[in-house]
Amino acid sequence: MFLKESAIRNFWLNLGALALLALFLWGAEHFANEYQVRLLNNMAIFVTLAVSYNLVNGICGQLHLGPNAFITLGAYTAALLTLTPQQKELIFILQPLVWPLSQITLPFALALLCGGLVAALFGFITGFPVFRVRGDYLAIVTLGFGEVVRVLANNLQSLTNGPLGLKGLKPLTNLWWSWGVAAITIILIRALVNSSYGRAMMAIRDDEAAAQAIGVDTFRHLMLAYILSAFFFGVAGGLLAHLITTISPTLFTFFLTFNLLIIIVVGGLGSTTGAVLSAILFTLAGEWLRIVEEPHTLLGVTIPGIPGLRMVFFSFLLLLVIVFFRQGLLGRREFSWQSLGRFLRRFSAKVSTGHI
Amino acid sequence: MLEIAHLGVRFGGLLALEDFCLTVPVGGLYGLIGPNGAGKTTVFNVVSGFLQPASGTVIFRGQNLQGLPPHARTALGMARTFQNIRLFGDLTVLENVMVGFHCRSRAAWWEAVLRLPRYGREEKRRQLRAWELLEEVGLREVAWEPAGQLPYGHQRRLEIARALATGPRLLLLDEPAAGLNPQETLELLQFLKQIQEHHQLTMLVIEHNLRLVMELCEHLTVLDHGLTIAQGPPAEVRQDPQVIRAYLGKQ
Ligand SMILES: Nc1ncnc2c1ncn2[C@@H]1O[C@H](COP(=O)(O)OP(=O)(O)OP(=O)(O)O)[C@@H](O)[C@H]1O
Ligand SMILES: [Mg+2]
Repeated sequence: MFLKESAIRNFWLNLGALALLALFLWGAEHFANEYQVRLLNNMAIFVTLAVSYNLVNGICGQLHLGPNAFITLGAYTAALLTLTPQQKELIFILQPLVWPLSQITLPFALALLCGGLVAALFGFITGFPVFRVRGDYLAIVTLGFGEVVRVLANNLQSLTNGPLGLKGLKPLTNLWWSWGVAAITIILIRALVNSSYGRAMMAIRDDEAAAQAIGVDTFRHLMLAYILSAFFFGVAGGLLAHLITTISPTLFTFFLTFNLLIIIVVGGLGSTTGAVLSAILFTLAGEWLRIVEEPHTLLGVTIPGIPGLRMVFFSFLLLLVIVFFRQGLLGRREFSWQSLGRFLRRFSAKVSTGHI
Repeated sequence: MLEIAHLGVRFGGLLALEDFCLTVPVGGLYGLIGPNGAGKTTVFNVVSGFLQPASGTVIFRGQNLQGLPPHARTALGMARTFQNIRLFGDLTVLENVMVGFHCRSRAAWWEAVLRLPRYGREEKRRQLRAWELLEEVGLREVAWEPAGQLPYGHQRRLEIARALATGPRLLLLDEPAAGLNPQETLELLQFLKQIQEHHQLTMLVIEHNLRLVMELCEHLTVLDHGLTIAQGPPAEVRQDPQVIRAYLGKQ
């Protein structure tokens, strides 16, 4: 059947794309400098975060403002599990770390997994009160999570080392981990969105009462999206922790959530492709715009660097997108091999008839 | 099929429904009529679980529905449409119908994500049956259009098709002929009779168009200001002085 054939073709094309990515990462590992590698790692983590965030906000249409809480949870969990007992003894000077955490050291993969699971558990527990409300109320409830987690991290000395945070994590996050996680996140979330469950989630976004009336258990579907995204937030938090190598309770504030919100709105709420592209652009733009925060000498006048000026640019960018591209850069369109094929055919036709 | 007993609903001081009783037998084609604000939609909202009544019971296929949320009632075999059409505007016509089948899905979410065989079989079946349904309601040609962009009459049909996709035994239609011209209304009448037969449905229809109701329904309940003022076969109800007064009083 036609459908089956195209599915097989897509499978091979996807595999080919993954192989290309692997080749690129291999090249980057060998030829890129430290700064570029760091940038690529950041990029991958933001792709993971944006795609997960888009599941709740873009696909299910719920304004969730708490990703930074889940990222913090994942970061702390993973960090506590990769540090060695000796390191932990040195770090926790005010109050020793609770047993058995003080004795455990896990491989990176397991630590990341646990980071994701702890965040998912937090999602499961908070999901019950969160989805009793909708709209602005849901936004306000989730907005509080970041604050709750920060207070907990500050005060649970024997678990988090309080305001001092955790230092000296091994820089375990490399290109393979960060892009591997990003690829898995994209594949799984796209598979979910393109399934019967994803359709039900979009139905909830479009009209919740109608979705209930045709038998969609809205609570269960929202919970599913929320917990899955929480899991990936947690894993990404673990990656971030082992990239930065130092974490503290105030590292992941609402500011991070705000950045993610900009990314998915600019990319087009509801489009996974848009979220990926936008996250990549955002990371690059963030680096390019560093220039504006550095001191400059212009026509003999020295302008001091203004920290935070980048955010002014981003806000302006957001404004432009909202005014001129209501639907974001991609709207709700998605990348597919078919559309790429169509585009290439049209392009080559133009070239051969000399219209370009 | 459906037994509604002594239903009472109030909104603040307003008595929207009082002591409402109605029994719809299996296969019945029942109508619910009355002037604006009589409480007709309120009956649907209670039966489909969107509204908790202050008093009274609803029994559906032998089961008391007390406290069941709307999606669980749909799972038991009832489906409704809305007076002001509520489609999933950004989804395509086909997807709207496919969502309707989702409540009968047995495959878990992780089976769907991993595209395991059970999910694959179900999804294939959903596709096939969705196309059949679209054929039946005459929307095959517009299957790939966003539902929000269909003309009004098509949207009404799509909403009914989507309800049918849930596999209902009881179908609740809230003013299906609203906004249709006489020709379209006639077609709708044929269409409703046809789907009733094909899907072996029991139907409860709210309708202002008296011609449609008289032709379609074998039994009518007339509401006015939350009170049941008449009940019986259409021919009888039409002669009822109270009904005539309620309708003339409105005009
Ligand atoms: N959620 C609500 N809150 C407050 N009042 C309501 C609510 N829903 C309905 N009402 C009121 O209850 C009464 C009955 O409303 P209902 O929608 O059942 O009427 P109806 O018979 O369907 O009328 P129509 O023919 O206009 O659709 C009306 O006076 C309406 O204003
Ligand atoms: Mg009504």
